[in-house]
Amino acid sequence: MAVTEQIKKTMEGIRHQFPTEQALLLPMLHEVQNHNGWVSMDDMRAIGEFLHLPLSKVREVTSFYTMYKLEPQGKVDIQICTNISCWLNGADKLVSCAEKKLGIKCGETTSDGNFTLSHVECLAACGTAPAIMLNEDYYESLDTPQLEKLLDQATSDLAANKKVGKSTRVDGVWP
Amino acid sequence: MMYNNEHFEPVITPNVDKAGCDTLDFYLKNEDGYKALEKALKMKPAEVVDEVKKSNLRGRGGAGFPTGMKWSFMPAAPVDKDGKPKPKYLVCNADEGEPGTFKDRLIFTKTPHRMIEGMIIACHAIASNKGFIYVRGEWFKETRLMQKAIDDAYKAGYLGKNILGSGFDCDMVIYRGAGAYICGEETALLNSLEGKRGEPRLKPPFPAQVGAYGMPSCVNNVETFAAVPYIILKGWEKYAKMGTERSGGTRLLGVSGQVNKPGVYELPMNLSINDVIQVAGGVKGGKKLKAVIPGGASAPMLTAAECGVLTDYDSLAKAGTMAGSGGVIVIDETVSIVEAAYTLLKFYEHESCGQCSQCREGSHWLARMFKRILDGGGTQDDLDYIAKICGNMAGQTICAFADAVTGPALSSVKKFRHEFEELIRNGGLEKTRAHTHSYVTEGAHV
Repeated sequence: MAVTEQIKKTMEGIRHQFPTEQALLLPMLHEVQNHNGWVSMDDMRAIGEFLHLPLSKVREVTSFYTMYKLEPQGKVDIQICTNISCWLNGADKLVSCAEKKLGIKCGETTSDGNFTLSHVECLAACGTAPAIMLNEDYYESLDTPQLEKLLDQATSDLAANKKVGKSTRVDGVWP
Repeated sequence: MMYNNEHFEPVITPNVDKAGCDTLDFYLKNEDGYKALEKALKMKPAEVVDEVKKSNLRGRGGAGFPTGMKWSFMPAAPVDKDGKPKPKYLVCNADEGEPGTFKDRLIFTKTPHRMIEGMIIACHAIASNKGFIYVRGEWFKETRLMQKAIDDAYKAGYLGKNILGSGFDCDMVIYRGAGAYICGEETALLNSLEGKRGEPRLKPPFPAQVGAYGMPSCVNNVETFAAVPYIILKGWEKYAKMGTERSGGTRLLGVSGQVNKPGVYELPMNLSINDVIQVAGGVKGGKKLKAVIPGGASAPMLTAAECGVLTDYDSLAKAGTMAGSGGVIVIDETVSIVEAAYTLLKFYEHESCGQCSQCREGSHWLARMFKRILDGGGTQDDLDYIAKICGNMAGQTICAFADAVTGPALSSVKKFRHEFEELIRNGGLEKTRAHTHSYVTEGAHV
């Protein structure tokens, strides 16, 4: 099922915090994005039904925010900040290193569906540049050997069916 | 460290290097935690507003608007058309994303209770019973740390019903953004908080009249709230004295780029940009300084020769730039200013919300023109066009985003025109570099 009972339960749990039902749209999209790895048309339809919103409303919001993906992603989403402070501290080298190691360009997903690589705008980690995000986790002051190690670790964790890049998440607990 | 300011002491970060500094226990034991709240709850709301007004605290998010004044814009007892009282909301802008800015993240991870206490005091001051904290979506860990701090504050009775027996109720709710720089603009943030696209609203009406969920609302930055407990506990005079005539207190400056010790520094405002670079260990590798962006990406660049300017709001404004969000980005002599500016313009092109054509098209055109100059296809006319496009953007749109785009675009062309002309003459950056071996132009040792 696209929108799980657990997600609906989580939303019911925070419903009282907001004056309107539509306020739950961003939280719900976050939970669906986390659970499915992207937000499909069916997901949007189900969210709209749950929150009593037309599909068009759900869609215009979903497509506005970069954290909601409208296409399937790799299991590990690697986002490299290339904005000014990271760029001044060698972010370009991290991009080429990741591209070479994964055999894909920024914006692409590896053929095994494991990794998606992309640029990201400023993560507010400029004092520890260059910074990247690996799913939900930040890695900062990175150099290329550390990045390679990180990718190797993620690959072996995936193979062992371990959670990757979500070190602070407790399932079913918002936020 | 001496800053030639006898009144200075850290207001927000005295203990951020200590183990466990983010816990409620630490805050209560070592930082007079929630004592200011106790004091504020015995004051009338108007007295709290007055105290903050006199402290000369100015908004730390970028615009530098006087905080006490903003609070005083909130209607005392608003009613709807049927005469029923309307709720009022306090909103914390924690959508930190201005390139070069990373001070709020420090507060979230190291001293979250200071911000929470400041928010509860602010709620009391504007007679609101509810605060929303809008946090950028990428901060998973930071959000969960803040949620833990909020939960702890509830358990200890600093949030919830009848706080400290005062009869005052206050709730605090976190809302997560989802990756849109524009949501740092306060009316875009309000739309996003309502589960809508983060598009800025036309003003008026201002948020104090029609804010979150149609109710009177007051939006302040994380650092602004974090300064409030000190002001209430130690008194407005002490806070005001630390600052300049028109701006009280200290500032958190995030120094990044090419310095030896990048990081967040809490400093008095009577330091120059050059001093700040010294505090951050000087320019990396002993290189010469070429330029500094003094207040986050949107602040016009300063040349090395201009970096004697002081870091307070008024001095920077007088120098044609802005204190902005306190993100000081240091650029050394080896960097191409054209490329640095292009890095920022690419960002703006991506982040423009697209509502206004001047901004949507203008940011796109500027990014493409800078790219063309870098790639060797630029002409001398481009430089005049850049100025013309900027003239059609600034002040012509719903929000200040378009003005922000023109910050790096105009200042780079104006102050480093010779670098643009060099690239145009030589056929781009690569050819210029091959030609001159290293890309060194003038600069100054700090």
